[in-house]
Amino acid sequence: MRARFGRISRLAGLSGRLGSSNGSRPYLRDCIIMSLAVAPTGVTFGVVADAAGFDLARIVVMSALVFTGASQFAAVGVVNDGGSGGAAVGSALLLAARNALYGPVMRRALPTSAPARMGAAQFVIDETTALSTAQTDRRDAAGAFWFSGVILWLVWNACSVAGALLGAVLGTPETWGLDAAFPAILVALLAPHLRTAAGRTAALGAAAVALGVAPVTGAGVPILVSIVALAPALWVRARRKEPPAGDTRDDTPGTAP
Amino acid sequence: MIALVAGSYGLKALGVSNLGGRIERRLGPAVTLLPAALFAALVVIMTFEDAGGLTLDARAAGVAAGAVAVWRKAPLILVVVVAMAVTAGVRAVT
Repeated sequence: MRARFGRISRLAGLSGRLGSSNGSRPYLRDCIIMSLAVAPTGVTFGVVADAAGFDLARIVVMSALVFTGASQFAAVGVVNDGGSGGAAVGSALLLAARNALYGPVMRRALPTSAPARMGAAQFVIDETTALSTAQTDRRDAAGAFWFSGVILWLVWNACSVAGALLGAVLGTPETWGLDAAFPAILVALLAPHLRTAAGRTAALGAAAVALGVAPVTGAGVPILVSIVALAPALWVRARRKEPPAGDTRDDTPGTAP
Repeated sequence: MIALVAGSYGLKALGVSNLGGRIERRLGPAVTLLPAALFAALVVIMTFEDAGGLTLDARAAGVAAGAVAVWRKAPLILVVVVAMAVTAGVRAVT
């Protein structure tokens, strides 16, 4: 389970000593820290979505129903660069694909009845998976999942709206350097994936491909085309017999999950 | 928007369904590498793309400063503030 969690938490791009505190609800402290980290990201999302021309209603619908930060950032980013709706949705859904991988490890924390499980599915994201899989017993895993799911959903939505309203006040986003906020957040999301050789190959390859095709294709298309870099990355992983992302331990003390 | 909402929920639901385990075994290796590829592509496009071409402007300085903040393990909000401040600063003086 520990190796499994290492992999999942790495996939989720999270580090830190999750589940280290004791008490009747050992996940409370981690959940609050997580909410504090999610809040500014939500505000930034609102501001950037507003700058990309999304109206308040669409920002609210997106945060409430899509509820996957990285995918939302990708979709808004592609639209902001003038990409088509198809390219925006394609990039966002490719990023959302990892949520499907969280399902199997999350089953012990989810309700057993099928309709309830389908309702719970909406909250299966990076953060809730990392927090829930860090719990040792099944009841805490379920508690951590629901508690963090609902709290993060509320924080994410409230902050998206706050960001959208703030964006309207800020005026020209370029004056504030807001167009750099987006890629900077993505650098932070990318960083944990660069710890393996396969991850670095995928990232470097994708960046090169995207830059290469950008001048000849429409906006958004380079993002989709860049996934050809997965082929050499999978080859590197197979050749080095590297475990799937995350099974390698971080050598910095205190940051290993 | 409908496709985005339906697709992102559908992927989560697929994961918790009975098919989840099989999908993880078959596609797990490729999907775990997807974020590395997509984030990297998004970063370079959002940093260098401009009206269909590539360009080097204030964004590059800001994103580079943000990357240093990430490397120094700064909290996300600081990463964003640094990137924005440097970009706005470079833009103001050029």
